Amino acid sequence: MNEKIKVDFNHMPDARGHFGPYGGRFVSETLIYALDELEKIYRNLKDDPEFQAQFDYDLAHYVGRPSPLYLAERWTRETGGAQLYLKREDLNHTGAHKINNTIGQALLAKHTGKKRVIAETGAGQHGVATATVAARLGLECHVFMGEEDVHRQSLNVYRMKLLGATVIPVTSGSKTLKDAMNEAMRDWVTNVDNTFYIIGTCAGPHPYPKLVRNFQSVIGREARQQSLDQAGKLPDALVACVGGGSNAIGLFHPFLEDESVRMYGVEAGGFGVATGKHAAPLNDGIPGVLHGNRTYLMEDENGQIIETHSISAGLDYPGVGPEHAWLKDIGRVNYVAIDDDEAMDAFRRLTKVEGIMPALESSHAVAYAEKLARQMDPDQMIVVNLSGRGDKDILTVAEIDGITV
Amino acid sequence: MNRISKRFESLRKQGRKALVPYVVSGDPAKGVTLPVMHALVESGADIIELGVPFSDPNAEGPVIQRAHERALAHGSSLRDALAQVKQFRETDTETPVLLMGYANPIERMGYETFIAAALDAGVDGVLTVDLPPEEAQEFNQHLSEAGIENIFLLAPTSSHERQKMVTSMAGGFIYYVSLKGVTGAGHLDVVSVQEHVDHIRSLTELPVCVGFGIKDGASARAVADLSDGAVVGSVLVNRMAELAESGEVDPLVYAKGVSALIAEMRQALDN
Repeated sequence: MNEKIKVDFNHMPDARGHFGPYGGRFVSETLIYALDELEKIYRNLKDDPEFQAQFDYDLAHYVGRPSPLYLAERWTRETGGAQLYLKREDLNHTGAHKINNTIGQALLAKHTGKKRVIAETGAGQHGVATATVAARLGLECHVFMGEEDVHRQSLNVYRMKLLGATVIPVTSGSKTLKDAMNEAMRDWVTNVDNTFYIIGTCAGPHPYPKLVRNFQSVIGREARQQSLDQAGKLPDALVACVGGGSNAIGLFHPFLEDESVRMYGVEAGGFGVATGKHAAPLNDGIPGVLHGNRTYLMEDENGQIIETHSISAGLDYPGVGPEHAWLKDIGRVNYVAIDDDEAMDAFRRLTKVEGIMPALESSHAVAYAEKLARQMDPDQMIVVNLSGRGDKDILTVAEIDGITV
Repeated sequence: MNRISKRFESLRKQGRKALVPYVVSGDPAKGVTLPVMHALVESGADIIELGVPFSDPNAEGPVIQRAHERALAHGSSLRDALAQVKQFRETDTETPVLLMGYANPIERMGYETFIAAALDAGVDGVLTVDLPPEEAQEFNQHLSEAGIENIFLLAPTSSHERQKMVTSMAGGFIYYVSLKGVTGAGHLDVVSVQEHVDHIRSLTELPVCVGFGIKDGASARAVADLSDGAVVGSVLVNRMAELAESGEVDPLVYAKGVSALIAEMRQALDN
């Protein structure tokens, strides 16, 4: 860390949702009351044993938790260096970590009595996870998705439709995740009386970054205990991909006070950070205000948000959760970038050597873990968050291979 | 005294209501905004609200979103909006102008640089949609030192407690958002507007103007009767869009287009 002051990670954010200079609540007046209401409900339920028991029950019996911590022996051998463990969030119901959060927020929605939920989605994983919990609870579900993403993630679009959700293609702006989030906020402001907005990442106005982090922290709590049980020690390093950053904050947060554990958040380097065509605001952005919070952003000299590029739709976002912005500034987490080609190579390698097909998002973490492992000793240990499975990306990969499926 | 306060004082003396039109700076082309601003004044506008183009205007309905996109398409931004105001001031030193936009372009420019430029241009007020009072402390301080009014929104969902907080920080006038929704939505509820405006007036001496969902002379009149004025945006911007889509390039045609709409509303407010 840059400075040796003791930081109380469990008391962040402050009462107004700030992580240092980041986070906060930058929304139009109409939404303040809905955020106040959400905050109040969450504050009351957070420590309520019944609510926690329901959440734990759903995670165990509906999601299938705990997810395994798997020592990837062959991948470790082929890579050379530290022991590589995979936290298998890909084995969750619906195939990614996103469901941890939607289960939690849907329970909150149930307590508000609102009958309609909305969500934004990029790769479609959060949309699917939201449509899934909505189906289970009998809630009306509308998912906003950039038109570009509707095309590149058509399998997930169809899954959402089968689950009974209405997918609304967003044609404004750059037609990707950021515009889907704008549209969801517009819908929310209009239907605030009967609608609960299930945000999919640890960004947006307070209290979302906090509650998404808390719901996703089950990943890190399990991984910490599993490391102790299986390896008899804490990992030396954690690696997770960062778009908005919910799987990463979920893994990192329960380890933040373990000073021996190094952490690496892997952003999407796209065509390479040097080209400017990427989605790596922590590597190459500056602080600003978007989607209700202050955080690092990709923007031009006029403060206009610029279009990002990543092979992975789930990382293709110009901002990042405010807690990551803060963890970068205080030096607790290292934020690095992996470009499209490196992620694709890692996708193929893990699939071939372990029979595990990672999502293109998670492939960024897989690629960086390989680089890191090679610089470490064989008695050291890395936990990689395998945040999602790669089935949804098969069409993208086939297209790169010039194959029509 | 700030031009905004002066204008409301003179309206009050005349027993008239304020008509506050909104257009987006640089929509659809740079040369259009200035003649449109002058035309708005000539046809009866009291205060001009100039929208600052932003890539992610998430409080706007589709009509105003497209206007932001049209302006951004040729690189118009906060600097141009300030330049438009400066030019406008060369011939009109009376009509108050306020900038309405989002926090990020201002943050990028830096509060101090922005405020210096706004003072130099002759901007009278600033409304930053996504900067509620909790996040506006520092900016507010800078603005009040410079004598630029910070205009705040209040909404149907604002609690009495928030109404109190906002009115204590606000300057110029209170912009009451008539409905739960984005700009250009169409479900104006006059009874609800009255209730809220009455309560806001019990808390502050500041004038209250009502916007969102004002479509024509009749709806402008309906809200102005309950308050101190009406803000009109989407209907004007829609006119700009129709002309832009027809390929119109003559700024004077745009000026004439918005004039007709404003003149009708002026008449409805004054009769």
